[in-house]
Amino acid sequence: MQRLERIFLSMAGLAGALTLWQVLAWAGLYPRYLFPWPGDVLQCVSQQLRQGVLGEHIAVSLFRFSGGYLAAAVVAIPLGLLLGWWRRLWVAVDPLVQVLRPISPIAWLPLVTLWFGIGDLPAIVIIFMAAFYPILLGTVTAVKNVDPVYIKVAKNFGASGRHILWRVIVPAAFPYITMGLHFALGTAWVFLVAGEMMGVRSGLGFLIIDARNSMDTGLVVAGMLVIGLLGLAIDRLFGWLERLACRRWGIVEEEGSRWPR
Amino acid sequence: MAAIKIEARGVTMAYTDKAGRSLPVLREVTLEVQEGEFVCLLGPSGCGKSTLLNILAGFEAPEEGEMRIDGRSVTGPDPRYLTIFQNYGLFPWRSVLGNVEYGLEIQGVPASRRRATAMEYLRLVGLLPFAHHHPRQLSGGMQQRVALARALAVDPDVIFMDEPFGALDAITRIKMQEELQRIWQQKKKTIVFVTHDIDEAVYLADRVVLFTSNPGRIKTVISIPISRPRDRSSPDFAALRDQIFTAFQMKQEGEPGEPEYYI
Ligand SMILES: Nc1ncnc2c1ncn2[C@@H]1O[C@H](COP(=O)(O)OP(=O)(O)OP(=O)(O)O)[C@@H](O)[C@H]1O
Ligand SMILES: [Mg+2]
Repeated sequence: MQRLERIFLSMAGLAGALTLWQVLAWAGLYPRYLFPWPGDVLQCVSQQLRQGVLGEHIAVSLFRFSGGYLAAAVVAIPLGLLLGWWRRLWVAVDPLVQVLRPISPIAWLPLVTLWFGIGDLPAIVIIFMAAFYPILLGTVTAVKNVDPVYIKVAKNFGASGRHILWRVIVPAAFPYITMGLHFALGTAWVFLVAGEMMGVRSGLGFLIIDARNSMDTGLVVAGMLVIGLLGLAIDRLFGWLERLACRRWGIVEEEGSRWPR
Repeated sequence: MAAIKIEARGVTMAYTDKAGRSLPVLREVTLEVQEGEFVCLLGPSGCGKSTLLNILAGFEAPEEGEMRIDGRSVTGPDPRYLTIFQNYGLFPWRSVLGNVEYGLEIQGVPASRRRATAMEYLRLVGLLPFAHHHPRQLSGGMQQRVALARALAVDPDVIFMDEPFGALDAITRIKMQEELQRIWQQKKKTIVFVTHDIDEAVYLADRVVLFTSNPGRIKTVISIPISRPRDRSSPDFAALRDQIFTAFQMKQEGEPGEPEYYI
């Protein structure tokens, strides 16, 4: 598909959705103060931007998000390497993970606020929890799926166990660990609002709850929109980094040159 | 007088299936390989050729029997006895050069000498211009040559090869056979080479070891006393090929027997 056609089609989809929104608004199922018009939302966004508060909310949210996400990566990747490499340990821990994983971070929220009080920490912990399991499971799977022939080759050349872990398992698993990281990014971003609904007076989640309490539905939708757009931007940025890393790792998309120039 | 390099005495191996039954894979395999010899293991699929190679290379221990290389019992993989796998086993996160340097890196060879040696072996297999490519940018035959260079770079005594050219097209395969023979004559390694291909075995081997299956055991050993480089269209070549066909009872001669080798 042509690049231009792609852009055109996605623009058309957006325009269609906007039109539908406006038509539904005109239909008048709900009064305007409950069902904001697209124009109202746009006005809210520009007003927030002019006051400079939106930028602050975004910055605070991004800070909390990256804190929780990076902490999850720092804990889950080494743990995943250990569990993937050491099969017995994984068999012991697997049932526990399977039970804990389906519990939504939101279910933890009451305890998290009790334990971590108010401020940035509860939000960071919620993001941490949301990102932790996908990264952990992605890493374990990545290590388990390392082609055994790589390990055989390394052993044949006389590599030590530590060398095999760091110089064979880690690089062989790297592309799949990255996939887990990418997946966790999306999952964790969804829980940003939940993390900021209690105990904080800043951030995009707070912005939405606060706007709702003052019945400013335009601002609610504006906050939602900003979360969606930021999520998209973060995802694209990660995808770009991922492709860069994969190229470095020799996992070339087929356009790579087969013959020396 | 060549010395005995590899010795397998009464090697017996069985795997246990899911139901807990024991599946015999190798029974009483006894084989001697001389130093510098090129031996091909030939036999139907599933007769235990890879299993035997894995045992010879020290990746698996036999249930019964004794395995010796250089007079010493085989207890595990050893860089002096290298295996080249069918799917090459090249590390995709390293460049071609990085792959060839790998074994030297583990042996702690300093970087500059490592690089020079790796380059030398890349030249030997004709891949010098591809040193900085990634393995996945190369064709199958080229990847197999990288694997060969990586093995040769640590100067092993023995090279075990498990159907190394199995995935290549016929033309590339013949080129690789010629190249392997040239390198073998130049480097004087002992090579144990698993193959399905009768012509390949007759072209490469000093001796061809014929296996039958269920359980895998040696049927017969055929010497190939043709001088090298060998001509695939010569009468001698055809006669030996025939001899192998007959041994597998694939030719209808006299009494019809169950063919043991299906292609
Ligand atoms: N790890 C294993 N566990 C159980 N059975 C195995 C295992 N490895 C091999 N086998 C069985 O042992 C038999 C011999 O296998 P092997 O791979 O040695 O045969 P092969 O001669 O190399 O065959 P091919 O020519 O197809 O590569 C087969 O029946 C196979 O199913
Ligand atoms: Mg095999």
